[in-house]
Amino acid sequence: MDQLAQRTQDAAAHKPIISFRNIVKRFGSMTAVDNVSLDIMPGEFFALLGPSGCGKTTLLRMLAGFEVPTEGSVLIDGQDMGETPPNKRPVNMVFQSYAVFPHMNVADNVAYGLKIDGLPKDEIKARVQEALDLVQLGPLAARKPDQLSGGQRQRVALARALIKRPKVLLLDEPLSALDAKLREAMRFELSQLQQKVGITFIMVTHDQDEALAIASRIAVMHKGAIAQLGTPSDLYEFPASRFVADFIGSVNMFEGTLIKDGADEAVIACPDLAPYSVHLPHSAPGSAGASVWVAIRPEKLNLHKNASEPPAVPDCPPAHNVARGEIKEISYLGDSSIFHVQLSSGQLLRVSRPNRSRYEQEHFGWGDTVWVSWAGSSPVVLLS
Amino acid sequence: MALEKQSRAAFWVTVLPPTLWIAVFFLIPLGIVWAYSFGHNEGLTGVAITGTFDNYIRAFDPLYLQIFGKSIAVAGLTTLLCLIIGFPVALAIVFANEKMRPLLLLLVMLPFWTNLLIRTYALIAVLRTEGFANWTLAWFWNQGSTLAALVGLQPFPAYQPLELLYNNFAVVVGLVYVHLPFMVLPLYAALDRLDKSLMEASLDLGAGHLRTLFSIVVPLALPGIVSGVIITFVPALGAYLTPDLLGGTDSQMIANVIERQFKRANDWPFGAALSFLLMYATFAAIALRAYLTRGQPADGHGI
Repeated sequence: MDQLAQRTQDAAAHKPIISFRNIVKRFGSMTAVDNVSLDIMPGEFFALLGPSGCGKTTLLRMLAGFEVPTEGSVLIDGQDMGETPPNKRPVNMVFQSYAVFPHMNVADNVAYGLKIDGLPKDEIKARVQEALDLVQLGPLAARKPDQLSGGQRQRVALARALIKRPKVLLLDEPLSALDAKLREAMRFELSQLQQKVGITFIMVTHDQDEALAIASRIAVMHKGAIAQLGTPSDLYEFPASRFVADFIGSVNMFEGTLIKDGADEAVIACPDLAPYSVHLPHSAPGSAGASVWVAIRPEKLNLHKNASEPPAVPDCPPAHNVARGEIKEISYLGDSSIFHVQLSSGQLLRVSRPNRSRYEQEHFGWGDTVWVSWAGSSPVVLLS
Repeated sequence: MALEKQSRAAFWVTVLPPTLWIAVFFLIPLGIVWAYSFGHNEGLTGVAITGTFDNYIRAFDPLYLQIFGKSIAVAGLTTLLCLIIGFPVALAIVFANEKMRPLLLLLVMLPFWTNLLIRTYALIAVLRTEGFANWTLAWFWNQGSTLAALVGLQPFPAYQPLELLYNNFAVVVGLVYVHLPFMVLPLYAALDRLDKSLMEASLDLGAGHLRTLFSIVVPLALPGIVSGVIITFVPALGAYLTPDLLGGTDSQMIANVIERQFKRANDWPFGAALSFLLMYATFAAIALRAYLTRGQPADGHGI
């Protein structure tokens, strides 16, 4: 937890660039955002992640000034925004549809914000050129938006927002309108761009892969509240709830009872895994007798050929952290394969296995009976 | 093959009746009127079609040119007023909440379902000397007068009713009233299609509401504005009933002159020529619209 301590220290050293303080937003009888408090530091690439309707877009629109909180306050660089209109805020936004003005060419689109600010013509021209070069659109300055691809239109939107030198750049589902291959490439470009300009980026997305790949910190939102806040690896390896464990990545989840909870050992009995139990080499949250959930990521499960005895798991008493089942389905993904193993209880386990070798020595086929095992450090124990 | 034959039969069954209807009751009569415009009266009832251009030459007499000019001016003023009034109305409907929108559109269209004659007579009731407008003004005038007397001032002289009816003012008021829906509906259609995030982007980039309106909304709604202008201008130019009932002796428009040629003056060839000059003006307006909106897809997107 050194990292956390380090971050706490950093937080004390800097003033947050964005502060949400007890934000509540109601639309009629519907509560879109329910008492959210959140600080975002300068230079972060922050992601608001969650399923549709979780309030993440409403939060972003409150920063831009398109929505006003019902309760609470939004601070940008220490200044309470109150009802400051969008055109008076030091933030700019890249819209989901990009909202590139269709009646203006690329250069005019990018220059729009500076023309409004009444900058001298020479300066506008120089800065437009600079912004277009930044997003590699220099040669397309005279094009109309309908002559651009989706990716190019997004670059126009980025250049148009960045040219205003905002304190914070807001991105609303920036990659959702692009095709899969381009999306991968733009992820990389977005983080490169952010490092180059050094501006705080705040992105809204429903795509967990995207958030994990780009963001330095993520707030997972659920039903208008923040379910968990942390770095991508925090969220993936240390989810705080079943919702987060399930929303980020895929997970095998078992309901069980904590039957032994010591300082350096815990045992959980899960009906789905009977007669075997889950063993942890450390204490578990909750006290003995508590009902808990055990979550294990698919890539942390190992497959073994069928044998009369369960495989031995290092540092773990026998007949713990193992399960036996039948392979019901195999999804071949190229870089890895997903095996769906059905246990005798009927529960399906997802086991992910990298395809390291082009010639598989150890072949697992449909209908094979197999053993599944995992290390004691793999399971996450969740109380809610 | 059978299907193809069947669909061909279906094609003719559906296409032929309306085509015949339009041919018999619209194109052929129009052709006859067009032919008349190249003829002259013979006796009391006959028209001889001689291919003469006399009627058209006569139409360029300053007397008629002046009425043409005046009709264009009145229709143009009507269109301008409709645009000035209609644009905010359309904008308000687009931004009204979703439950209110159908109701507001209904209110715009409601007058369409009332007979034009009845609506015009209702306007007479409003505008005439003892009408509702003068009655209301008189009430305020008299209240003001009483108030003045109360504070010890000289009471106002007796209220002189305003001359609101039987003049050009009444004609323009009537035409704006009748043609406003023609302007509001195409504007609404164009504004409703506009991606709202374009306006938000403009605000986000620092533009105020007025700047956004003129830099983003108006240019993007231009096809709708042009449609609204043409759809309003064309019928306003040919208005007959409104100037006839609300206008004074000097407010007759070209349609009134045409009517007189066909009826009282019994000069069908000259009336036909004036009618066709009006139609040519209409064609010119439509051609202008096609020119202004050239190269744009019909739905107004992706300009």
